[in-house]
Amino acid sequence: MALLEVESLVKRYGTETLALDQVSFTMEAGEFAAIIGRSGAGKSTLLRCINRLIDISSGELRFDGVSVPGLRGTALRRHRTQIGMIFQHYNLVNRLSVIENVLHGRLGYKGLVQGVLGIYSEEEKREAVRIIESLGLGEQIYKRCDQLSGGQKQRVGIARALIQQPKLLLCDEPIASLDPNAAKIIMDTLREINREMGITVLVNLHQVDVALRYAERIIGVKGGTIVYDGAPDRLSSEQIHQIYGSEAGDLILDLSEQQYAV
Amino acid sequence: MQYDVFRQRRNQRLIFFGVLIALTYGSMVLTAFDPVAGLAAIPRAFIWGASNFIPDESAMRRLPRILERLQETVLVSISSATVASALGLVVAVLGANTTRPHPWFSIPTRAIASIFRNVDVSVWALVLLFSFGQSGYTGFFALFFVTFGFIVRVMIETIDEVGTEPVEALRASGASYMATISQSVIPACLPQLISWVLYMIETNIRSATLIGILTGTGIGFAFDLYFKSFNYGAAGLVVFVIVITVLLIEALSNTIRRSIL
Repeated sequence: MALLEVESLVKRYGTETLALDQVSFTMEAGEFAAIIGRSGAGKSTLLRCINRLIDISSGELRFDGVSVPGLRGTALRRHRTQIGMIFQHYNLVNRLSVIENVLHGRLGYKGLVQGVLGIYSEEEKREAVRIIESLGLGEQIYKRCDQLSGGQKQRVGIARALIQQPKLLLCDEPIASLDPNAAKIIMDTLREINREMGITVLVNLHQVDVALRYAERIIGVKGGTIVYDGAPDRLSSEQIHQIYGSEAGDLILDLSEQQYAV
Repeated sequence: MQYDVFRQRRNQRLIFFGVLIALTYGSMVLTAFDPVAGLAAIPRAFIWGASNFIPDESAMRRLPRILERLQETVLVSISSATVASALGLVVAVLGANTTRPHPWFSIPTRAIASIFRNVDVSVWALVLLFSFGQSGYTGFFALFFVTFGFIVRVMIETIDEVGTEPVEALRASGASYMATISQSVIPACLPQLISWVLYMIETNIRSATLIGILTGTGIGFAFDLYFKSFNYGAAGLVVFVIVITVLLIEALSNTIRRSIL
């Protein structure tokens, strides 16, 4: 059974703007897929429909056999705990320490009192320390997040998602604010998480070359619809230009310069 | 085209200063204000003040009673600022775009904050005088209302500025509404909140003096009493202790601010 099934998904903002139009795809557990497309194509909207940060206008979305569009209250919270999310701007509480931010990932499992007071078990704290150390942040564990570099902040974001023990990891432009070096560390980390922990990864990317290098599957989005869905090595230069609506030679990247030449 | 823009700017500036000078001159003529006589009066005013407002022996004997009044005023200022801020934070959470439970909360909370803030503290004091009479409550509630309106307003902005991103992250992880507020919004906004509470305590001590004059309570009443009974020495002493207090509180809150931000 597929982990994620999306069928004829439609998302409208207000009555006018159609952000997603009849989007359908499925993801098997353990896949590493990248969504590429221009700004405003609907990439972020698609990710936010999956964990229901925004409501779905019509269509069906099943995650692990559960129908998502109608979820409310506790059921919706339980759905979200199974999906980790990392963000372009890391979305950490900058004044809190690394370990406090990582432990936030456990709040979805807490009842009212424990959640409000931030009470974590000894086991959860040990797990947080283990994840932080495995991501190479052992020395920063009690540092405030505003003292970290961008790459380190993003690793804290990944740790916060991992401690949820998610089945799926949604990454919304995870490397868009990072320098190439930090970006490589983050993408390598995501690949490792996918391969060694078997967590399914769905990542929004601006950088086509990064998507082609890391993803096993490319989903090209244009104007709210999927225009390409398949392996990266079958994606032709023309198709990339179609996704981005550009003329040949207008993009910084051209496939002829890459090893993936068609 | 460039030239036209610069000429337009210059003309606007000339018109602005022309209007300013005309207004100033016009009002001087209407009120028969003589700037030379006005400036010359300043030294005389200082000499009069220095010779009359310097606290003398008899004024110093009233110091214990003045300090008692001062203590009352300071405590009312602090308690009104802290209680109003706690309540204001709750209302701000309900009204901020990031944390409101429903879009409908937005306009009412902003409207309430606006009413409480924009009615002046002296007006609140005089209105409340009818309800509470000549007691500490009048001052407390007047300061409470204004602080409340102010804190709601600034905290709505702070929450929307620093809270949006972590709130999104915690919602995505399945955290409940209350947990999201207490674990991300409050910690993210705490330094600004403390800073604004300290600012409101300072402001309230200054306002409390005026409220005291209007409502016959606290240090303001002491000043009013001595001033109207021509006991300028004691009135001067009152002003002196207020200034010292305000400076002390300001120094203290600056120290606190430095260590938390």
